Amino acid sequence: MTAPATQGPTVVTEGLRKVFGSLVAVERLDLTINRGEVFGLLGPNGSGKTTTIRMLCGLMAPTEGRATVVGFDVEREAEGVRTRIGYMSQRYGLYDDLTAYENMRFYATVYGLHGRARDERLEQHIAEMGLGERRNQLAGTLSGGWKQRLALGCATAHEPEMLFLDEPTAGVDPAARRDFWASIYALAARGTTILVTTHYMDEAERCQRLAFLSRGKLIGLGTVDEITTQFGQPTIEDVFIALQRKDEGAHA
Amino acid sequence: MSDTPPFVDRLRYSRFWPMLWKEFIQIRRDRLTLGMILVLPAAQLLLFGYAIQTDVRHLPTVVLDESRTSESRALVTTLMNSGVFDPAGEVADRATARRALDAGTANAALVIPPEYGREVAAGRTATVQMLVDAADPQTAGAAISGAQLGAQARATQIIAERVSLANPLDMRVRPLYNPAQRSAVFIVPGVIGVLLTITLTLITATAIVRERERGTLEQLIVTPIGKTSLMLGKLVPFVIVGYVQMTVVLTMGWVFFRVPIVGSLPLLYLLTIPFIIASLGVGLLISTVARSQAQAMQLSFFFMLPNILLSGYLFPRMSMPLPAQVVGLALPLTYYLKILRGLMLKGTGFADLWRPTGSLVVLAVLLFTISVRRFHKTIE
Repeated sequence: MTAPATQGPTVVTEGLRKVFGSLVAVERLDLTINRGEVFGLLGPNGSGKTTTIRMLCGLMAPTEGRATVVGFDVEREAEGVRTRIGYMSQRYGLYDDLTAYENMRFYATVYGLHGRARDERLEQHIAEMGLGERRNQLAGTLSGGWKQRLALGCATAHEPEMLFLDEPTAGVDPAARRDFWASIYALAARGTTILVTTHYMDEAERCQRLAFLSRGKLIGLGTVDEITTQFGQPTIEDVFIALQRKDEGAHA
Repeated sequence: MSDTPPFVDRLRYSRFWPMLWKEFIQIRRDRLTLGMILVLPAAQLLLFGYAIQTDVRHLPTVVLDESRTSESRALVTTLMNSGVFDPAGEVADRATARRALDAGTANAALVIPPEYGREVAAGRTATVQMLVDAADPQTAGAAISGAQLGAQARATQIIAERVSLANPLDMRVRPLYNPAQRSAVFIVPGVIGVLLTITLTLITATAIVRERERGTLEQLIVTPIGKTSLMLGKLVPFVIVGYVQMTVVLTMGWVFFRVPIVGSLPLLYLLTIPFIIASLGVGLLISTVARSQAQAMQLSFFFMLPNILLSGYLFPRMSMPLPAQVVGLALPLTYYLKILRGLMLKGTGFADLWRPTGSLVVLAVLLFTISVRRFHKTIE
């Protein structure tokens, strides 16, 4: 793995804010995510999770505040951010009419790997991801679980320092989800920082630290235990349901 | 340290190449696109070259000859020799002649009255009648002018037989550039323009919209690819496809229809560049407006229609009403057709093509600038 750009935290946001017209999607968010951490972003639909991820990836400019990812400012040094992160969205971003191998080769080349170094890295990566038996199958004909694994493979072939996963396991069976999380932990063990948004509570509980968002505001931050204690609920799921009720009550 | 100059490395490692590589794999695997690229040129060429004949000839014609004299037979021979009319049998009476027209078995009926031979012999003005199916104005026009010319020719012969007099006027028409007046010669250069328009607008627009629909465009924007590499990687493959199509049509046009390329071939390829840029501009613009591939297709067809009808591809622009002519001025194809026909059929040099070229360049710069701006906005 390439040397990290900085020794400090991988993600730092200061007063990060995003406004769409009269709607405040993210309200003055202050977050710090450390290197090698598996960090979960939780919240009901419309709480600002995806908007936050999109700002950190440089897909969307913040209205106010600033954020650095792997030591680069997301607005002024987007190029530096882009070469060092991986991004996997709910839609996977795979080319259906390319084979598994061609998809990985395409993204690896776009991320700046070339020639023999790229080909060797791809072989190693395919073996690690267990994609060997499907390497020549068209991505469009893969099942949900394989697609997900391939999407993760495409997002990590260039060994990013920071990996963004936006609801990565939506619509995937439990066995594939378990495999997926095993890969995530393996990446984190090697120093990759991971930010994941999810709806699944069992997944939330696998994260080392969690941030709870509600209508664009950060309302809880810490380990699973810290959050359940803070909200006086037995499990993360109870916290989630309680928050959602409160949200719906506020809307009604 | 590498000993290659930095720009060579920049070019070699440009993120444009993986885009190009991927795009060609996709074109190869997508049957619909591949079909449009390969079959469309051949289909268009054969369709417009063989099937659509704008020159009307060989109209089936029935003859009712009630005069039955050598005079009347001479008239029939003169008319049939013109090539406009083909004999479709003799009929016994007017009702039968009319029925043949009603049924569509004949497009014209020649009626020679009983007194025709006598009148001609007596030196009086003889009258004959030609019934024409004028439902299709183009057929009717050919039949009417064919009949008038035939009658004039016969009249001149009769006068010449009667008094040995030199013809006071002899108009000699010399059709230039397409002496045999074959419609294929006129149409084939246009087919190139229409094909390029389809490839560069419709296929390009749907290819870009597909990336947005499937979420791969968002995935690409997160990568370090850069807007320019992304856009060029998406557009350049279709420029290459366009040039291949053009070469295929030029070759097939020569092989099957003997459509010449009188002028400079390199100049033809060169002057195609502004047209390509203008058309890509339209394609890119459509991709920024359309929300789905189906919408992109509809918009492209909407754009194709005026191109086919108003650019001068099938119908001469001079005879169009003013508003149609003005719309035609906004179409890149209008100018490109002038370049194509000028270079291929007349051998016109650049000195006489700067006007359409200039207009095309202005349109290309305008369309491409607007659409690139819009495209950049949509991917931010």
